[in-house]
Amino acid sequence: MFKLLKQAPLSARVGLFIILLNVVAMIFAPVIAPYGETEMVGEVWAPSSKAHWLGTDQLGRDMFTRIVYGARNTIAITLCVALLSFFVGCLGGFVAATKKGWVDQALGRMVDIVMAFPTLIFALMVLSIVGTSIPVLIVVIAILDSTRVFRLTRAVAMDIEVQDFVEVARLRGEGNWWIMRHEILPNSLPPLVAEFGLRFCFVFLFISALSFLGLGLQPPMADWGGMVRENAGAITFGIFTPLWPAGAIAFLTIGVNLVVDWFLHQSSQIRRQ
Amino acid sequence: MTPLLEINDIVIEGQTGDTWKPVVKNISLNLNHGEVLGLIGESGAGKSTLGLTAMGFTRTGCRIASGSILFDGQELANASKSDLRKFCGSRISYVAQSAAASFNPAHKLVEQFAEGPVQHGLMTRQEAEEKAIDLYRRLDLPDPENIGNRYPHQVSGGQLQRAMVAMAMATEPDIIIYDEPTTALDVTTQIEVLAAIKEVTKQFNTAAIYITHDLAVVAQMANRIMVLRHGDLVEEGEARELLDNPKKEYTRQLISVRNAGKDEESKNKDPDTILKIENISASYKANVNVVENISLKVKPRKTVAVVGESGSGKTTVARIVAGLLPPHQGRIVFDGEELSRDLKSRTPDNLQRIQMIYQMPDVALNPRQRVSKILGRPLQFYLNMTGEKQENRIKELLQMVELPENYMNRYPSELSGGEKQRICIARALAAEPELVICDEVTSALDQLVAEGILKLLQRLQDELGVSYLFITHDLATVKAIADDIIVMYHGRIVEQGVKKEILEPPHHEYTELLLSSVPEMDPDWLDNLLAQRDLN
Repeated sequence: MFKLLKQAPLSARVGLFIILLNVVAMIFAPVIAPYGETEMVGEVWAPSSKAHWLGTDQLGRDMFTRIVYGARNTIAITLCVALLSFFVGCLGGFVAATKKGWVDQALGRMVDIVMAFPTLIFALMVLSIVGTSIPVLIVVIAILDSTRVFRLTRAVAMDIEVQDFVEVARLRGEGNWWIMRHEILPNSLPPLVAEFGLRFCFVFLFISALSFLGLGLQPPMADWGGMVRENAGAITFGIFTPLWPAGAIAFLTIGVNLVVDWFLHQSSQIRRQ
Repeated sequence: MTPLLEINDIVIEGQTGDTWKPVVKNISLNLNHGEVLGLIGESGAGKSTLGLTAMGFTRTGCRIASGSILFDGQELANASKSDLRKFCGSRISYVAQSAAASFNPAHKLVEQFAEGPVQHGLMTRQEAEEKAIDLYRRLDLPDPENIGNRYPHQVSGGQLQRAMVAMAMATEPDIIIYDEPTTALDVTTQIEVLAAIKEVTKQFNTAAIYITHDLAVVAQMANRIMVLRHGDLVEEGEARELLDNPKKEYTRQLISVRNAGKDEESKNKDPDTILKIENISASYKANVNVVENISLKVKPRKTVAVVGESGSGKTTVARIVAGLLPPHQGRIVFDGEELSRDLKSRTPDNLQRIQMIYQMPDVALNPRQRVSKILGRPLQFYLNMTGEKQENRIKELLQMVELPENYMNRYPSELSGGEKQRICIARALAAEPELVICDEVTSALDQLVAEGILKLLQRLQDELGVSYLFITHDLATVKAIADDIIVMYHGRIVEQGVKKEILEPPHHEYTELLLSSVPEMDPDWLDNLLAQRDLN
């Protein structure tokens, strides 16, 4: 692992550093943040100063504090969503690829139906019916997202399923579960991990978008998307406070993508001359 | 007379990690107008690399370290790409091993034919099309006026390979480099392509470099032969001279592989039958039978070879026996017990007693599993063997297939093709089977490596008493290993019997065709054969 890191190109190291920075902020939020998450400590939309490094927001809360806490809320939820959607999507994809026939058809068409709705509208609909709470948010986004994971996994697994070594396992009399775990999963890992990185970013942006529309995390909880929305008005007055949380989103997205790129590069074994 | 192509002391290096290692070491060659030079050697000998060098090209990850390549007085070594472009495809052209992979599936044959000459400004589109028809006719392609309007998937493998030769001849080049043009074809198709290439090369007085690993093929084509091994020149000489009196041990080995055989009466006759299939018919889609009314018997400790060209249904027979394709008619009886037709309803015991070895060892081994897991899983699955016992058995199995014990910790990608096939054999043996189905197990391997595999299978049969159902298209393999032979054609058995009877005349018409299509070491063999076929 350490050796692998040593070989990593500069871009990947930068990406890893960004992710690390965010994780540190996430874990040590109460220690790092100079003020409380919802504490109103200054004037509305105060510019940067010694007391408030990134200024204050529309209610006079410290922006830096909010961004640090925002990392905690947003990233934790994103991670849960990504893990859940991958679990559901991969399982579905592998089952479809190994069982084939009507199971594949049924799963495939179900996914088609879900995918036929624009995701944002579907999420808005479900969330306004069921109501917004963190578990509901996680499940809804995870299920919407798992459709894409399903498609990728199924395609990758289908490719592996036809290889002779899977046939060998079948001839040996192995069950589907064993074949999925020992023959197909290890061979489909590189594209899936890469996809995980990308999906992570999309989920992240999606939650931000929902928060921006008022259906994501509810105030006064700090989350980056919500913070952009709440402070958006400031732009018209020439105050760049909303750019800070927007920047945080972009920053982490770029970081994750740099690492994913490195991984993709590794797994396709293309060596840069 | 100055030679058309002169390569002097060429050294080509390939990159592994950060170091450059020589792949072709100080080789010189001359090629005169109208001469055909054969390059021969096992894979990794550097023959393709050397062939490409004649065009001034190297594969990615390779470079020309020193030496010169003079083509018609021009230096090609390390010439710029735009300089090379003037020659490549117009005065020097290239025919690749797999035409199917080299054609663009989305364009018609004639469009791809015309691309080269039009690009080089040698012909108009109209002229190119006329030229195409002329060449298609010379290469004996059916319906030369219209075949160009087909897409690559609409013609057969042999026709496609000839279309590729036509493409290479489009600009009437001075040199054509043939890189194993018939290796992917079966024997009967190979003849058509060889005959066509030979004829056209003669008509246009083209010089050619013919790369192959099959000495018998090169004997038909080449005036002069160079034998390469590990990037070194082993021997060079006039074709006839070299075949009649090889000077080096390695060349002798290559020649003797072709003539290998099996001593007949070494085995005791055993009247029992281990596998019997009766009147089997099967199809992949409804209505069209891929195999029809197949009946065969395999005796214990014996090898039955199923022979036929591709598409004759021989692999289908293997799949039926293995249970991968349920037949819609007929019975499979194994050791006196009728087997159920599909895999799911067979008992673990049935599965254990029939094992299969595949054609491509690369895809038959999970690239993410170490050898210890590949071999350990069947031991655990069938025999419930774990821990130290399992480890000892794995070592034993590796010994049986003549591999060192420390291979246990390797991944398949760290093994050569022949070693992978040995692991596949070990995996089949791990189950302690009674019947092993070998589906073209040697056709993806070099001759010397394949020879080793056949010897190993033979030895294992003697020691362990397994039976083989041996599927192959290569009659040399059959001669080496079979006890009984079954000849298949278009999904039916045309002839079956003991090896001696089948291989000795009188033959069934199709068996005759197959037998006479196997290239022989005699340089006049192709000409004689074609003359004879014309007479009939």
